[in-house]
Amino acid sequence: MTGPDEKGTLMRPDTSRLVGEALTLGYDRRTVAEDLTVAVPDGSFTVIIGPNACGKSTLLRALARLLRPARGTVLLDGADIHRRPARQVARTLGLLPQSAVAPDGLTVAELVSRGRYPHQGLLRQWSREDERVVDRAMADTGVAELADRPVDELSGGQRQRVWIAMALAQQTPLLLLDEPTTYLDIAHQVEVLDLCARLHEEQGRTLVAVLHDLHQAARYATHLVAMRAGRVVAAGDPRRIVTTELVEEVFGLPCRIIEDPETGTPLVLPTVRRSGSDGEPAPTVAGGRC
Amino acid sequence: MIVLRLPGGLSLRLRPRAFVVGVAGTLLALALAVLAVGAGDYPIAPADVLRVLAGGGSPADRFIVTELRLPRLVTALAVGAALGLAGAVFQSLTRNPLGSPDVLGVTSGAATGALVVVVLGGGSAALAGAAAAGGVATGLLLYALAGRHGVGGYRLVLVGIGVTAILTGVNGWLLTRAPLMDAARAALWITGSLDGRGWANALPVLGALAVLLPAVLLARAPALRLLEMGDDSAAGLGVPVRRVRVAALGSAVLLVSVAAAAAGPVSFLALTAPHLARRLTRAPGPNLLPSAVVGAALLLAADQLAQHAVAGRQLPVGVVTGVLGGGYLAWLLAGERGGRR
Repeated sequence: MTGPDEKGTLMRPDTSRLVGEALTLGYDRRTVAEDLTVAVPDGSFTVIIGPNACGKSTLLRALARLLRPARGTVLLDGADIHRRPARQVARTLGLLPQSAVAPDGLTVAELVSRGRYPHQGLLRQWSREDERVVDRAMADTGVAELADRPVDELSGGQRQRVWIAMALAQQTPLLLLDEPTTYLDIAHQVEVLDLCARLHEEQGRTLVAVLHDLHQAARYATHLVAMRAGRVVAAGDPRRIVTTELVEEVFGLPCRIIEDPETGTPLVLPTVRRSGSDGEPAPTVAGGRC
Repeated sequence: MIVLRLPGGLSLRLRPRAFVVGVAGTLLALALAVLAVGAGDYPIAPADVLRVLAGGGSPADRFIVTELRLPRLVTALAVGAALGLAGAVFQSLTRNPLGSPDVLGVTSGAATGALVVVVLGGGSAALAGAAAAGGVATGLLLYALAGRHGVGGYRLVLVGIGVTAILTGVNGWLLTRAPLMDAARAALWITGSLDGRGWANALPVLGALAVLLPAVLLARAPALRLLEMGDDSAAGLGVPVRRVRVAALGSAVLLVSVAAAAAGPVSFLALTAPHLARRLTRAPGPNLLPSAVVGAALLLAADQLAQHAVAGRQLPVGVVTGVLGGGYLAWLLAGERGGRR
């Protein structure tokens, strides 16, 4: 566990600037997760997976300061994230939410420059530094040539890269992404994930993403968190923790696991089941409150 | 986008087009005001009007300008600016082009407050105070009903439409309870009118504008702009979402309430002015200052029409804003549907 005095140790694999401790999370009276403890290793590409409604997006919202835990604390650099000013947190932790809307007519460059908000002030609205960082963010995500196009005219994949550019312009060492590949076709999914992997490897940022696809998660994550029904079933290097037992337990899916010939990471192949009226009943999901 | 960089690390950014619209709109409103002060049964040439405003002029001109015509004009400008600004804030917060204080019931609440005073009997100061209180109470009610889970989008609009329906019913009932003479006065008030407005009406609105315009405009405009991208995006960028929303909504409700206390619930101005401002500036975001300027110019122009369009008979300005504003809005939205988007 890291304390405020260990701030600088970004790449040490056994430290975590972002930690959720004994979190109870929920909305109104509905509890989604209880006593959840998660640490995001510094310098990792952490991916959270799990079946629908297992609480993975809720956990990400709590880590991003969007949701206040009913019990427990989220620690950023050793301090309760809810006791720190929003703007100060936004200089350390960036977020790409699912629900982002680009206002009508806003251009790519304008949207990306909004990422500078936590660094700006009433009398410091657009410094040379702002301009440099925004140009760099657009170059890094390959949207520089779209700079003057309205965001609402772009394709889904381009749009997602623009939003990532906005988060990059925020210049945070930590970046959280809530299902960044949803609604994208396969080519754009890979494009976005490759971009994330590059940001992680080349710029040393710590990334946390919620993903649906187990294969993509195992391929891109350096640290995998598998959740089911509001608790963490396993966490660690996907090559080590992705087993048939884990997939069975987390998704209730019988499967075989082979080595991905491209990357050597685990590749999950669901077992062929032809369940008709006379066949075996489909396996039921146990303990299903989630 | 133009960037001004000053020594000491200061930098300012502005859109040329929005800037031009703001300056041109202000000049237009002021020119219109000078012409309007001169117009009437006792015409005064623009040069003489300017002479009076500079502190000179003949005693007769001075009396007519400063005592009779200027208060009404200033009230029109201030109420128009307040409604335009408040409308822009409401539409931005609800992320809905129909999310204006007229639709959400704040102006109906002000009318309810005024009608209660009419029924119970009370002077014009009590009436203005009750109108402001009614608007603020409706704002609080809306927040209690829709606000706790984040006043996003449709929820506030739908709750507001419900509240408006209830208040309209209450207002109708109150009108039937009022004595006949008072009912006629109340009906005029509910339409929205600038007739006979003096400095006592203008000053509260000017005061509210002087405090809230910088508080809303300067301090909250960037955060409001980010809120239009969704609560989560804004929070991720470091906007204290709830605090900004409560402050902006509270300021807008106050502006509408004070404006209604001065001129009655002038319809459609808060809805139309931000649309027109956005058309002119072509800028995304709430367009706060342009909306205020456009609102001021619109209400002044509407009041001139109300006074001089029908010879020998004054119309309440609310009739003009309702007919023109409503018509313009219908035309605008019909055009947008069919054409651009």
